[in-house]
Amino acid sequence: MKQEIIKLEKVSFDYGDNRVLEDITLTVYDDDFLGIIGPNGGGKSTLLKLILGLLTPTEGNILLFNKSPQEGRKYVGYVPQYTLVDRNFPINVEQVVLSGRIGQTDFLRRYSEKDRKIAEKSMDIMGIKEIKNTQIGKLSGGQLQRVLIARALSTEPKLLLLDEPTANIDVQAETNFYDFLHGLSEKMAIILVTHDTGAISSHVKTIGCINKTLHYHGEKSIPPKVFEKLYGCPIELIGHGIPHRVLKEHSD
Amino acid sequence: MVYQYAFFQNALMAGILAAIACGVIGSYVVVKRLVFISGGISHAAFGGIGLGLFLGYNPLLTAILFSVFSSSVLGIISKKAYQREDTLIGAMWAIGMAFGIFMIYQTPGYVPDLSSYLFGNILTVSRTDISIMIVLNVIIALIVFVRYNEFLAFSFDEEFSEVTNVPVMRTYIVLLSLVALTVVVLVSVVGIILAMALLTLPAATASLFTNSFKKMILFSTLIGVAYMIMGIAMSFFLNQPSGATIVLVSGISYLGLLGIKSLINK
Repeated sequence: MKQEIIKLEKVSFDYGDNRVLEDITLTVYDDDFLGIIGPNGGGKSTLLKLILGLLTPTEGNILLFNKSPQEGRKYVGYVPQYTLVDRNFPINVEQVVLSGRIGQTDFLRRYSEKDRKIAEKSMDIMGIKEIKNTQIGKLSGGQLQRVLIARALSTEPKLLLLDEPTANIDVQAETNFYDFLHGLSEKMAIILVTHDTGAISSHVKTIGCINKTLHYHGEKSIPPKVFEKLYGCPIELIGHGIPHRVLKEHSD
Repeated sequence: MVYQYAFFQNALMAGILAAIACGVIGSYVVVKRLVFISGGISHAAFGGIGLGLFLGYNPLLTAILFSVFSSSVLGIISKKAYQREDTLIGAMWAIGMAFGIFMIYQTPGYVPDLSSYLFGNILTVSRTDISIMIVLNVIIALIVFVRYNEFLAFSFDEEFSEVTNVPVMRTYIVLLSLVALTVVVLVSVVGIILAMALLTLPAATASLFTNSFKKMILFSTLIGVAYMIMGIAMSFFLNQPSGATIVLVSGISYLGLLGIKSLINK
């Protein structure tokens, strides 16, 4: 039986007088592997922040694992954009991954033996054990990306939420990355958000398209006509190894 | 010899206590980029000093209460106001300072030399001041010791910490309050206006030599002690104002080492 893990009902959000998201209704299930695409400034990051309870909707209601976002987010492994990380920060890979456990620590915020084991396992999964003592400024973009995913996995999530994971990563690394996510998606739900439509369509199970409103959400393999009609974003979808699909600008 | 005199021993003691507080808290100020808000906190602390002089209490004690209060207010408004955070900090900065001057002006009778609060005078540090500084150092060290991992995770990635349900607002206010306490420790050494220098320069120097945050705290404390001793010695033998001399020694050393490091890395 599929379980609803995210339920957005008629959610709108204003930044001051500026309506960023309007009337979003979306349900995500526990076996979903959802790619949310849309142009920059289309409200994707805002949507993530709403789901994570970092922002409160102006209108509408959000349930995360049948709880409020603030409560439900303990089941979410959040992977922020690695390009926004302060690389000069004096912290090494192991410390970053371990910090995924911070919410589960005792009063003194000390990491237990169990926390260390979980962090160790996450580093194993991401193949970054050899660089665990390296300061993050010395890592490549792809390595830093893995570190942030390992940190998210350390929270033992039921849902992995990734913001722009493939920005500035080369095509080969990107393909490997999606293969890897595909493996992970058997164990947990995954949502990834990107403006870079590159290979996303051939890897995720469902697609959502957002530009202020949710223009489309569903199977990615829908008839081109419906696809074109529903798909509002001025983007092109190019899957690696599949025929190119170029979409027209949205009429409004 | 000079180091046998009580005032000189007090000066040295005050310098070392200030270096410890700066080494620990300055490291957070530098990595979490709290420099500007720390400037606001330190200048607003002058309001507390003015209040103390007016009410006839030890100005350091009133400065503690006042600056912890104003740093909490600063912390809350800087998080709640989505825009123009810097404007609000600037307003608190100026209001605190002006309130201090205003209160001092209302104080009847003799008012001590203002410049010793603004620019510090380490040679007039009293035994009471030293005791207050020791207590503040113990509080700072204790809180950092028990919150170390939380502060580190928070400083590195505030948003992620919030998602993992670290109470980020509380953590932020505690951290800013520790900055406020450090400013009070610094008042008699370099004064309100120069406090920013010691909150940043030793930690910035330390960051040139290490990629580990624990080492950064250790190094910046040691570097701070070295700056203090050099500064106090120079100010004494050259008969120059202590606060300014300590800051000049720190600033020139930092820029010099930064220059050498970037030459080596070329």
